[in-house]
Amino acid sequence: MNYSQGSEIVSNASTRKRGFPNPLQWIGAASLGLFSEVGRLFIFFLKVMATAFTPRWYVAQVWKQMVNIGFYSLPVVGLSAVFIGAALALNIYEGGSRYGAEQFVPSIVVLGITRELGATITGLMLAGRVSAGISAEIGAMRVTEQIDALETLSASPFRYLYAPRFLAAIIALPLLVLVADIIGIMGGWLVSVYALDFDSTTYIRNTMDFLTNNDVIVGLIKAVVFGAVIATMGCYQGDRSEAGATGVGRAATLAMVGAAVLVLATNYIMSTLFVEIGL
Amino acid sequence: MTTPILRLENVKKSFGQKHVLKGVDLEVQRGESLVVLGGSGSGKSVMLKNALGLMTPNDGKIFFDGEDVTKSTGKTRAKMRERIGMLFQSGALFDSLTVWENVSFRLLQADRMRRKDAKERAIETLKKVRLGADVADLYPAEISGGMQKRVSLARSIISKPDLIFFDEPTTGLDPITADAINDLIIEQVRSLGAAAVSITHDMASARKIADNIAMLYEGKIIWHGPADIIDNSGNDYVDQFVHGRADGPIQPAI
Repeated sequence: MNYSQGSEIVSNASTRKRGFPNPLQWIGAASLGLFSEVGRLFIFFLKVMATAFTPRWYVAQVWKQMVNIGFYSLPVVGLSAVFIGAALALNIYEGGSRYGAEQFVPSIVVLGITRELGATITGLMLAGRVSAGISAEIGAMRVTEQIDALETLSASPFRYLYAPRFLAAIIALPLLVLVADIIGIMGGWLVSVYALDFDSTTYIRNTMDFLTNNDVIVGLIKAVVFGAVIATMGCYQGDRSEAGATGVGRAATLAMVGAAVLVLATNYIMSTLFVEIGL
Repeated sequence: MTTPILRLENVKKSFGQKHVLKGVDLEVQRGESLVVLGGSGSGKSVMLKNALGLMTPNDGKIFFDGEDVTKSTGKTRAKMRERIGMLFQSGALFDSLTVWENVSFRLLQADRMRRKDAKERAIETLKKVRLGADVADLYPAEISGGMQKRVSLARSIISKPDLIFFDEPTTGLDPITADAINDLIIEQVRSLGAAAVSITHDMASARKIADNIAMLYEGKIIWHGPADIIDNSGNDYVDQFVHGRADGPIQPAI
């Protein structure tokens, strides 16, 4: 209902007078539209959470989605992580050498990868691969009446479609982040040892000495949140998809962009929080 | 008089400023085959979705077997849907499931039947719609449009419903296949003793499967009567629609 009201205001603002709309009216309509969109997304998220953590669980569906989200994302996550780790090592070396601090490369690489880049890169990659994929799949199901068919066959789309994707994403993302952490650190090691003449044993020892459990835990907590964001955005945009190829395409784009922005925004919020609480 | 299996009472549905249903009154008796006619955009699908509980009307009431289900949720709605079958216009088969998994979806998911037993029931039901066991393990994309409609019909009858909705059952099919689908609908509805509500603008299909016909125009039922008097309805709108004339009170939707 709020959405309709918001739309009417937008529509009135743009059609009442031909030409340039009243800026205040436009800002008001846009703000109302934004708030109602955020509200709808939040309610959708709560509903997905509520179904994901209460029985009945479609275990086969969760498993299928874990393979899709987790296993098939391994190549893209691994490749991204190795290049990010390698580039990070090069840049830290370049910056550190200005102050004679090249020896900090292993410690800064491991800190950057585990606390920040492993999770963020995985989140961003999956925002593209998984969120858009979920959205396109659910959007196609919506426009071909498959979701209506599910309901008439006494299966809730929230329980059968959305909750399994949500659960699979929050389980698979931390596992993928662990892989990204290991491969990212390895990328830094490769460049440091083979291009920057670091001693391999010393590099690994410095890495292990500097790394704490908290650094890994921080990345894993972020991964769970990113998983929730990616799955929710994909399901939400797919569920709201409009008819036709354009509608489904638009839903996939919105899911990807929305998930990517939310991954970065929640990452900043969590980083701030973890620094504040000393994690 | 017995309680109708489905009754719509002054059902109204709007989307923003667009009023699609403006007070629909309709009754379907047990075992009756009712066809709802109406042009494109007349609100047939919206009416059907309201009756199925996929949409909630803005006003009015919907009774299923005497029980008010207008705003029912949870178990009440699930109980109602157990007794309803639905054949969607596009078939709406699940792409990721095989034909037999589609047909026995309700048995597997809602009734939690063992897969082996569910597959047997699915193959048995596929035979009723003239499809062999050889299609059971295929995916919907691997079979023709007419076969997809039959699979969808099999899915809608597998749980022996009391009421079946057919949304444009013959749309997109050649006349011979369409006629075969009509025959199957009649055969299966009669053998189940179920009531059927079909929405269509295919007059050949309507004449064949209907006991009674209702006409929906501008969000209201403007005529309701036995199928055999459709050619002498005495209603100008019905006459124009039945004879497919561009001239008359109904303006073509172009």
